[in-house]
Amino acid sequence: MFNWLHRLGSSKIFFEISGRWQVSLLSLSLLMLAGGSVWALLFVPPDYQQGNSVRIMYIHVPAAILAQSGYVMMAGAAAIFLIWRIKLADIAVKCIAPVGASITFLALVTGAIWGKPTWGAWWVWDARLTSTLVLFFLYVGVIALRAAMERQASAGRACAILALVGVVNLPVIKFSVEWWYTLHQPASFSLMEKPAMPAEMWLPLLVMVFAFYLFFFAILILRIRNEILVREKNADWVKRWLEVR
Amino acid sequence: MNLFFASVQRDLLVHFRHPSEVLNPLVFFIVVISLFPLGIGPEPGQLKEIAPGIVWVAALLATLMSMDSMFRSDFEDGSLEQVVLSEQSTFTFVLAKVVSHWLLSGLPLVLLMPLAALLLFLDEAGVWALTLSLLLVSPTLSLLGGIGAALTVGLPRGGLLVTILVMPFYVPVLVFATAMVHAAEAGSDTIGYVYSLLAILFGSLCLAPIATAAALNLATDQ
Repeated sequence: MFNWLHRLGSSKIFFEISGRWQVSLLSLSLLMLAGGSVWALLFVPPDYQQGNSVRIMYIHVPAAILAQSGYVMMAGAAAIFLIWRIKLADIAVKCIAPVGASITFLALVTGAIWGKPTWGAWWVWDARLTSTLVLFFLYVGVIALRAAMERQASAGRACAILALVGVVNLPVIKFSVEWWYTLHQPASFSLMEKPAMPAEMWLPLLVMVFAFYLFFFAILILRIRNEILVREKNADWVKRWLEVR
Repeated sequence: MNLFFASVQRDLLVHFRHPSEVLNPLVFFIVVISLFPLGIGPEPGQLKEIAPGIVWVAALLATLMSMDSMFRSDFEDGSLEQVVLSEQSTFTFVLAKVVSHWLLSGLPLVLLMPLAALLLFLDEAGVWALTLSLLLVSPTLSLLGGIGAALTVGLPRGGLLVTILVMPFYVPVLVFATAMVHAAEAGSDTIGYVYSLLAILFGSLCLAPIATAAALNLATDQ
């Protein structure tokens, strides 16, 4: 098992294995996104209070979940990079940051669009919105730090340190802001409890959450493969691979 | 321990001989605060209401202004590299830098607090809470800011970047500190906030220097 993981840590082997998976992963995620959206937009009954505006939940909630777990994944990759110096982990940190930032931005924007009909305002200074905004700033910080540093090796380690400091801070920020002021409903979904909404509403949500995760990984693999090619452009196997194409 | 005291002593000496680096953030702090009444209007009631937030944001900005210089001169003259290469612990060196940064930028801000509060018509309870909260938090600001300063020390213009990197980490202390001042103004108990701020201080005292030392190792590793 460990041996297998270690092999996967090599850029070349990851490139070969992910090449076999990327098309099916991307098509499965797009299929699920399309299916889940159609289900959520056309067949789910409207909410008895919020009416049809509740349907934005099927984009907003998966994006918000993924925004946070994306940061944790990035920090996990950062830890792997700092401890074992696996180059692939640094590539993962670099590639997760912009994708995670976009997903966080999507969560903020859909939240604003949902907030307008529900709360009557595009933005409220509420705990969950604020902590998502801070999460967005954390992502931006990692991207900005990488962009500012010229040497790739030191940029990778600096970003890894920053991502780890951020993940230690994230619970403190969340706790402090939640304690500060809250208007937002509590999380719609949790692993432990039965959802408070009926099955015909949460089943499509579950599909959308999985679809978002798959899409995230599919995009991530595309970006990682791209980055591997750029970084290893002088390696023999990349030249051979390019010739075959 | 020798490294700790030697480093603090040297930093204090250097800054007493060239005080402008210490004074500029303080002037900046007062200037920012005096801009708010001009922008918002001079009514004492309104200013008093928002004073804790204004003073706190100005203090954060002033701290961040001075943050960039924490390791820069040591990095440029090579002494940072000597410390990292030597068998002395980088952790101790970071603590020394943080302590001297706090003595030169945090403590003067605390002493300026009554003046700032006077400009914004805070009452006596508010002034005390404001001063106490800054006294409790300013070491945390130096500790967390040190991470950003160390990460950007090798960059030609790191100042703005430090602000972007460090600002999110300042959110919790800002929340608790301003809540403490508001609670004190309303006449309610503030001891809970003191505990929370102290908890954040000790947490960052244990963890932040590790990250800062790692970043310094990285900066000298080129």
